[in-house]
Amino acid sequence: MLDAEFFRRWMTATAAAVDREATRLTELDSPIGDADHGSNLRRGFTAVAAALEKEAPATPGAVLVLAGRQLISTVGGASGPLYGTLLRRTGKELGEATEVSEEQLATALRAGVAAVAKLGGAVAGDKTMIDALEPAVAALDTSFPAAARAAADGAEATVPLIARKGRASYLGERSIGHQDPGATSSALLMAALAEAASTDDGSEATGGDHGDGAAG
Amino acid sequence: MTESPLVGIVLVSHSGPVATAVADLASGLAGGKALAPVAAAGGTPHGGLGTSADLIAAAAHSVDRGAGVALLVDLGSAVLTVKLLLDDGDLPPRSRLVDAPFVEGAVAAVVTASAGADLDAVEAAAREAYAYHKG
Repeated sequence: MLDAEFFRRWMTATAAAVDREATRLTELDSPIGDADHGSNLRRGFTAVAAALEKEAPATPGAVLVLAGRQLISTVGGASGPLYGTLLRRTGKELGEATEVSEEQLATALRAGVAAVAKLGGAVAGDKTMIDALEPAVAALDTSFPAAARAAADGAEATVPLIARKGRASYLGERSIGHQDPGATSSALLMAALAEAASTDDGSEATGGDHGDGAAG
Repeated sequence: MTESPLVGIVLVSHSGPVATAVADLASGLAGGKALAPVAAAGGTPHGGLGTSADLIAAAAHSVDRGAGVALLVDLGSAVLTVKLLLDDGDLPPRSRLVDAPFVEGAVAAVVTASAGADLDAVEAAAREAYAYHKG
């Protein structure tokens, strides 16, 4: 079973990964976006980590709802409402339980990803976060590391796609050849989930497959 | 009709100066005595480029007179943030994201709202600005 501490660890690991990868995320966002994805997300997840430490929510759902709210109010770019919706909807699905099963988390995350797709109007293949998140939640039934790998593969698979959403879509065919920054940060989020799970019990994968070296 | 409250207008841009200037432009072109309440919600709270849910919610509440609030946005996160606020019920009752070109739609919305039109009419006028071609 997964408790609030597990979810806090997931968010902290995401904050660390975003901090570590912020420069790369911004570099990916330079040719096809407005070169702020790394700095925006870093600001957001720094606020998430601080809020979780200060308020110490008691349930998994409350951890994610608080994290989502922080992202919505601090990020300032499209990733704020999108990641905010992902975490908040997932948290709401988890309800008030003090512990949730991996199956419950998988079901809740699927609802979260569906909410992101609805808010952004994106479908698979549009070169967005969804291209990492959908394969990840599909692989959650296998394991957390499998989900992380699926997200990383999904992010890499955005390289040849034409962007159909967001600022990158103005570039049309010129967006081909660039890995989508949002899909890349989504892969970091899923890698952090696997990392939190591997800390939880030694039987999980070592977390060496974080996709952070995935050089397109 | 003249007694009833006016529809409020919120202008959401990634840029604070753009939101403020478009608000000034629309109010200036509307001109009349009973000017509809208009609020700008541009940029981040620290003055950077971006969108702030808090600024948008505060702006919407500041122009709510009970007749509804029309929100016009530029793009990207401005659209997403307003949709999210609407879904969450964080905006005044009868708030609406209006699908319209930002500058022309703002002028149409403020002029129409200032004339005492209801929210449907304000939205229709702003949307109609899409049909105004320049060449």
